[in-house]
Amino acid sequence: MSDSDQKLYAQSMTELATGLDSGDFTSVELTESLLDRIGALDARLNAFITVTADEALAAAARADQARASGKGGTLNGLPIIHKDIFCTRAVKTTCGSRMLDNFISPYDAAVVEKLADAGAVVLGKSNMDEFAMGSSNETSYFGPVSNPWDLVCSPGGSSGGSAAAVAARFAPAATGTDTGGSIRQPAALTGTVGIKPTYGRVSRYGMIAFASSLDQAGVITRTAEDAARLLGVMAGFDKRDSTSIDQPVPNYVGSLNQSIKGLRVGIVRQHFDAGLDAQCAVRVKEAIATLESLGATTVEVDLPNLDLSVPTYYVVAPAECSSNLSRFDGVRFGHRAEKAEDLMDLYCRSRGEGFGDEVKRRIMTGTYVLSAGYYDAYYLKAQQVRHLIADDFKRAFADVDVIAGPTAPSPAFKLGDKVDDPIQMYLNDIYTIGANLAGLPGMSIPCGFVNDLPVGLHLVAAHFAEETLLRCSHQYQQHTDWHQACPEDFQ
Amino acid sequence: MRSGWEVVIGLEVHAQLATRSKIFSGASTAYGSEPNTQACLVDLGYPGVLPVLNEEVVHMATMFGLAVDATVAPRSVFARKNYFYPDLPKGYQISQFELPIVEHGELFITDADGKDKRIGITRAHLEEDAGKSIHEGLDRSSGIDLNRAGTPLLEIVSEPDLRSAKEAVGYMRKIHSIVRYLGISDGNMQEGSFRCDANVSVRPIGQEELGTRAELKNLNSFRFVERAINFEIERQIDLIEDGGEVVQETRLYDSDKDETRSMRSKEESHDYRYFPDPDLLPIEISAEYVEAVRKQLPELPAAKQHRFVEQYSLKPDDADLLTSSRPLADYFEAAVAATEAKPQLVANWVMGDLSGALNRDGLDIADSKVSAIELAGLLTRIHDNTISGKIAKQVFEAMWDGEGDADTVIDAKGLQQITDSTALGAVVDEVIAANPGQVAEYKAGKDKLIGFFVGQVMQATKGQANPAQVNQILKEKLGS
Repeated sequence: MSDSDQKLYAQSMTELATGLDSGDFTSVELTESLLDRIGALDARLNAFITVTADEALAAAARADQARASGKGGTLNGLPIIHKDIFCTRAVKTTCGSRMLDNFISPYDAAVVEKLADAGAVVLGKSNMDEFAMGSSNETSYFGPVSNPWDLVCSPGGSSGGSAAAVAARFAPAATGTDTGGSIRQPAALTGTVGIKPTYGRVSRYGMIAFASSLDQAGVITRTAEDAARLLGVMAGFDKRDSTSIDQPVPNYVGSLNQSIKGLRVGIVRQHFDAGLDAQCAVRVKEAIATLESLGATTVEVDLPNLDLSVPTYYVVAPAECSSNLSRFDGVRFGHRAEKAEDLMDLYCRSRGEGFGDEVKRRIMTGTYVLSAGYYDAYYLKAQQVRHLIADDFKRAFADVDVIAGPTAPSPAFKLGDKVDDPIQMYLNDIYTIGANLAGLPGMSIPCGFVNDLPVGLHLVAAHFAEETLLRCSHQYQQHTDWHQACPEDFQ
Repeated sequence: MRSGWEVVIGLEVHAQLATRSKIFSGASTAYGSEPNTQACLVDLGYPGVLPVLNEEVVHMATMFGLAVDATVAPRSVFARKNYFYPDLPKGYQISQFELPIVEHGELFITDADGKDKRIGITRAHLEEDAGKSIHEGLDRSSGIDLNRAGTPLLEIVSEPDLRSAKEAVGYMRKIHSIVRYLGISDGNMQEGSFRCDANVSVRPIGQEELGTRAELKNLNSFRFVERAINFEIERQIDLIEDGGEVVQETRLYDSDKDETRSMRSKEESHDYRYFPDPDLLPIEISAEYVEAVRKQLPELPAAKQHRFVEQYSLKPDDADLLTSSRPLADYFEAAVAATEAKPQLVANWVMGDLSGALNRDGLDIADSKVSAIELAGLLTRIHDNTISGKIAKQVFEAMWDGEGDADTVIDAKGLQQITDSTALGAVVDEVIAANPGQVAEYKAGKDKLIGFFVGQVMQATKGQANPAQVNQILKEKLGS
């Protein structure tokens, strides 16, 4: 059997599951073929920080054995990639930073555990912006990631490695994390599907914290169906994470085929203001029209405080990160500067050498907004605005089931274009940040191209309404084929 | 106290809560293990780990709040206190800042005039302890022991209502006794389970404005609290009287030199950048929960003290001392219940000979070599005149040395009082015959000599005569 005949890499996770089940190929064969592909093509993308070939083959062999004896979990033998923010015992977890270049976690993250228990085979750990701080994957200590659709372009970030790898058909799915858009924006820029569930839906245990009140794990796939399949495994209460929520996990796959007739889709006027690329706006409006053709109705909704979401985010997230990253002090793990003269010198040099510019910028911003005399004006005010934004969404979801709009203001931008302009970079998350501030589930699905670069449709729903997002996306994908498009160099 | 000056003191008491595991992790809190053997990944602040609240501390803090008549907050919030130090693994301590679990409490101490004085308790909040840096025995480097990191603490902050070192100690003792009554802290000061910081300032009497305060850190015995505060009061008054000014700073007490010295000034003090910890949910406590805890509260020291005065007619000071710890109070009550001797006699013995013997052997009341029932047995023999109080001391020592209960010792040593009036009469006759001079003086009107004769008889009987009976026989025989 030859890989090229079957094009295993082009198949969705659901298709691969069928193939494994009917014995068309084994997990070892599948894993080998994908590892070969990664070996051959990743030099162009730099999507991986670590490829775990040996571990993957061993896991695949175990999966095949389990299958042979009629056992194995719901993802038995299926390949995935983990963003390198999830702690793994098997290989190093860098978080895209020099600080953790050689860090081996003594434990597995909850997400890693759950996927492993379900039988998933981990091909490696994907590249990302340093400590998930970035929207272009250029802040990674391990170098930028290229967008498979145009190698001079950014795949977005911070889960840029995961998005690029899935778009390049290195794996049907990869985990990601989303603090302000870090799953959805790269999904949009690479023509993949990305879902950030409700805050508290997936355990944060073992996920290296950037901004704890905003961070949420999710997945990047090529189909909504695969996303549903994976989310069903990843979601659920974990007593090790006090902010995880004890609510039953619905059967996300089960409801995908229900029609979206009567679904109320909210349109936010401000989403289509000057900030949005005109051609992107056309693609997004076409996608909304497709939803209408499938029976959805559109309603205009108002999110009056939406324009405050980026400034609010850039107070709250740095504040939390300035504290979360204090543990990287060179004392117990991570990078330690050599020949420190005294304690202060050890701290300053270890952190000075270990962190990159963007991380330092955010630590400084965060330290500033929490300082005596500034706390009320910045942090406290931001928390108040955060409540206003959450209230806006709450009001909106009294009238609609989902809010639809653009995921990002433009298609993929060139690497290097925005790296020196933090504000321009931050504005890339203008449409996605609101969902993080309000703790809502959000999803991006491919909805067309502008100048041969993918455009994403962004959907947001009420707390714990992931089912609605997945169903709406699946129905859309049943009637469109944007998600089938494969970058030319990776066919 | 130097005349013309008023001292203002507020205390921050840190009581380690007696939970088996840490406040945010499952690691053990047991004291004295090998360094870093009781620190899990959460305590080590590893990437990706998260704190999970040990619910037991909420229960304990609620008990404390009720015990000091405070408000137990329906909603309180954990906050991060950010600073860098090697023994603080996360670079922040999880504590409570704006919304503590306990607020607006009070307790009463006895002031210099013997009157009850109210001391306000501003707040009590939950927090985690840091680890420990070790400098001894390491060549040009420091070690860190994180066993203590994450140990639950209740920080109890008083109002600046204390006016002397003595009052400060009195207040600290009250808190100590309350937390031990409640069983929420072992109060072990040597092991650091109970320690305090003292904010001390002075001002001329009559001045309303508070003086600049110094904070004395880590005082871990009642004696050190008193000495450190007294040293600091003198230092501040001297400074001001010499035309200087007190600066706001943190000072450390050196018990070897009996002095305080500057640790860091206000300018060097940290900006802790407190903010609500996003990893933890607010603690929410319902009124029903508070009521349920209230029902389980044991009798507290103040209530017990009042009851002891009422029920046993004890002197208030004695009742105070006996109720300072629950085991001591329990011992007293068990002894009272088992004897017909008066409670005040029991109290005198518990505070006197028993406490003396315990101190001498360095034992806790729980490990007393003479049980409450055994002591009651001894006091019964005083009460029924089998032995005198003086002989009883001898019997008690023998009991302490393991020679058996009171009756066994009395029998074995033949220590019963001589109550046979014929036998006593004979001894009296001998004494009268041997001291003609004193007899003549007595008869001439020197009544006080009766004591001399009683003493002689007691000596001749090795203390076993009943003094009252001797007195009576003497008076008869001397014909007065």
